[in-house]
Amino acid sequence: MKRFLWIFLAVSLFSLVWVGNVFAQKPTPSDDEVNAVASQMFCPVCENTPLDVCPTQACAQWRELIRTKLSEGWNADQIKQYFATQYGVRVLAEPPRQGLNWLVYIVPPFLIVIGVYILFRAFRSMHTVNQLAGGETEPNGPATDEYTSRIEEELKKRN
Amino acid sequence: MVEDFGYGVLILSFILAIYAIGSAVYGYVHRSQKWVESSRLAMQLTFPILTLSVISLIYLLVNDQYHVAFVYEVTSRSMPMYLKITSLWGGQSGSLVFWAWLMAAFSTAVSLRKWDRDREFLPWVVVVTSLTMAFFVGLVIFYENPFLQYWKSFSGDVISAMFQPAGSAFFAPTDGRGLNPLLRHPGMVIHPPMLYLGFVSFVIPFAFAIAALVTGRTDDRWIRITRRWTIIAWTFLSLGLVLGGRWAYDVLGWGGYWGWDPVEISAFMPWLTGTAFLHSVMIQEKRGMLKYWNMLLIILTYALVIFGTFLTRSGVLSSVHAFAQSAIGPAFFIFIGITFVTSVALLIYRWADLKAESQMTSMLSREALFLLNNLLFMSILVVCFWGVIFPLISELVTGQKITVGPPFYKNATGPLFAALVLLMGIAPLSAWGHSTLKTLGQAMWKPLIASLVVMVIIFFGFDIRQPYALIGFFVIFTSAFITIYEFWRAARARSRAQKENILLALWRLAGRNRRRYGGYIIHLAIVCMSLGIIGIEMFQTQTQGTIAQGQSLQLDGYTVTYKDLAVFDTNDNRNVARAVLTVSKNGQFLTELYPRRDYYYESQQPMTIPGVRSTMADDLYVILVDWQPILSSGATFKIYHNPLVNWLWLGSIILIFGSIVAGWPDKEVEIVPARVRRNQIAGSAVGQQVD
Repeated sequence: MKRFLWIFLAVSLFSLVWVGNVFAQKPTPSDDEVNAVASQMFCPVCENTPLDVCPTQACAQWRELIRTKLSEGWNADQIKQYFATQYGVRVLAEPPRQGLNWLVYIVPPFLIVIGVYILFRAFRSMHTVNQLAGGETEPNGPATDEYTSRIEEELKKRN
Repeated sequence: MVEDFGYGVLILSFILAIYAIGSAVYGYVHRSQKWVESSRLAMQLTFPILTLSVISLIYLLVNDQYHVAFVYEVTSRSMPMYLKITSLWGGQSGSLVFWAWLMAAFSTAVSLRKWDRDREFLPWVVVVTSLTMAFFVGLVIFYENPFLQYWKSFSGDVISAMFQPAGSAFFAPTDGRGLNPLLRHPGMVIHPPMLYLGFVSFVIPFAFAIAALVTGRTDDRWIRITRRWTIIAWTFLSLGLVLGGRWAYDVLGWGGYWGWDPVEISAFMPWLTGTAFLHSVMIQEKRGMLKYWNMLLIILTYALVIFGTFLTRSGVLSSVHAFAQSAIGPAFFIFIGITFVTSVALLIYRWADLKAESQMTSMLSREALFLLNNLLFMSILVVCFWGVIFPLISELVTGQKITVGPPFYKNATGPLFAALVLLMGIAPLSAWGHSTLKTLGQAMWKPLIASLVVMVIIFFGFDIRQPYALIGFFVIFTSAFITIYEFWRAARARSRAQKENILLALWRLAGRNRRRYGGYIIHLAIVCMSLGIIGIEMFQTQTQGTIAQGQSLQLDGYTVTYKDLAVFDTNDNRNVARAVLTVSKNGQFLTELYPRRDYYYESQQPMTIPGVRSTMADDLYVILVDWQPILSSGATFKIYHNPLVNWLWLGSIILIFGSIVAGWPDKEVEIVPARVRRNQIAGSAVGQQVD
């Protein structure tokens, strides 16, 4: 009797899994869902061509692979990681933030900050020079834009 | 025979260029006008001589002389005549000949000017332009000869050589491989010449800058002489970039115009420094400041022109825009290194002579704002340069290939571009020398209110809530209204003073100060282009689906219905798959579209031609992605909805108009320095001056 109970439980469990399997399966991802992931990657063969628009047969197959992975429940990050492992990090639209790659993200802001600092120093020294000169702007007076001045004056006269 | 002649005159032009350099230096050192004059004549002669070489190559191209390797590679019998001619720049070696020929044309043009007051510049202008030309002609002669012929050895191998190798016979294929299909587009026919013209014409201001450094005549004379050349160079380069974008939009089939491809960026970098230079030279002209900076900017522009050409042609980068792998890389590298180091050394040598004549007096003065503009341009340059070269560095150091793609550039440059557009509106309002927040505010408050009103309409009327898009629109409209208001104020003042019709007043006003108003028109063009860029970058939507005949895809209110598909061969060796689609909106039929896929048998390359419905509001852009041989099984289409994108192309047309206005010769006497002229004007009556 006890043995039949175990068999009954096992059959019930199997039935549940079998019937519920349809709910666990995801619908086939649409082209748009596939492209949303593919657009974040580059073709591993044709350099500088995004994967979602690359017309080669190989890329069509890779897009189908993305569809399969999506239907298996993978998310975009996991798929990107999978492609990076398989074909190298060059498939990613941006270098991963690790090791030497950090330089991509650090160097430009660093240089821009230096540029801003130089400009700031130039403005500050200009301010100091003006103060030392007793606030005088220029030996010959302010070099205003003569053209603008004329227009402004004309406007004042006419208003 | 023609190929031998073409190659022979190429060598002659190389010798002439080398002679021009030698005699110019000799003439300068020994103060001999005869030698300098001789160098000028030699330089002038390179143009007709190189023209003969170009004509020879075109003759070979249009007459199907497939025994010449270059002709075989870029043409075929089925190609129309105009494409055979333009395939001159469709391959590496032909395009280098074309580059050198344009350089010769510009060198000759500049040598024909009156040199009476600037004779000391002449030898060094000859040296720089001839050196650049000799470099390119040398590349053609020693590395990329377009006149190489095919020979068949007795063992059956086909080899290419200029002269018949021993034990070989003449060999001529019956047909050529044909031009890369991607290059058979009107945009691509015009795009490379525009880009080359931009590159080449930037050599002229650089040549004068070097002449100024060598001779020690470091006042603003070199800038005044080259002002128009710089505007011409900038216009051509801008057009080249825009046409390249249009080509990508029409041919590459990814619904965009700019992919932040390294080769695109390499053409964009000299544009950035060139634009910064165009602005900062005004500071030197008006205030006698930033002399070193202007020198550095033009040196950088020249170096980036050569660097961009190097990246495209050396094979270090792979791109749809790049030519094949080539051995010319090291030669380019050495040339860039030598010219850059020499130029910077000269700059350092003259450092003391390049001191500013006046001080910056206000942080809100026009020169200060122009300096800020320069900082923004240079910041974008840093991002672009680093993004292009870092993958090379990474591969060199770690052996790992990486991609620095659009997300990096968009995130890094987006805020910088927004700041630039805003500054573009504000900077012209400030005065040279001194401005205050109050004066700027007085000039800005009306346009600012107008742009806020527009923002309210955009926010509530169009239901746009994306913060970055709203910031972008605010910046664009503020800049646009300020510029339009500037036009309006000046035209109204003149109209009242002279009792003229407002349009006539505007016309005459612009005629009296073409540079200023040309600049304003260019600013409006940039505003239009920015509108298009925001439209496509922030509001582009897309969908893709496989549908059977009679079925539809929906996107942003549009319904695209698949009606038919035909597959057929054409006379020019193409297999064409062409779909017929109808487009409707809210149940109303709008148009039919015909996206197609052309397959070129000769080159075995496909080409995607989108079907596009264009209005100023948006583009509906449809690509035929795939199809089944049995029509009823359906076809796959990708549809892009690109709002406002046509403002980008409209802006580029306005930009040409603005550049023509800005570059048109003024009647003003150029020799009077601005500061002297200012004093003269200050003493005159306002009424007379406005008139």
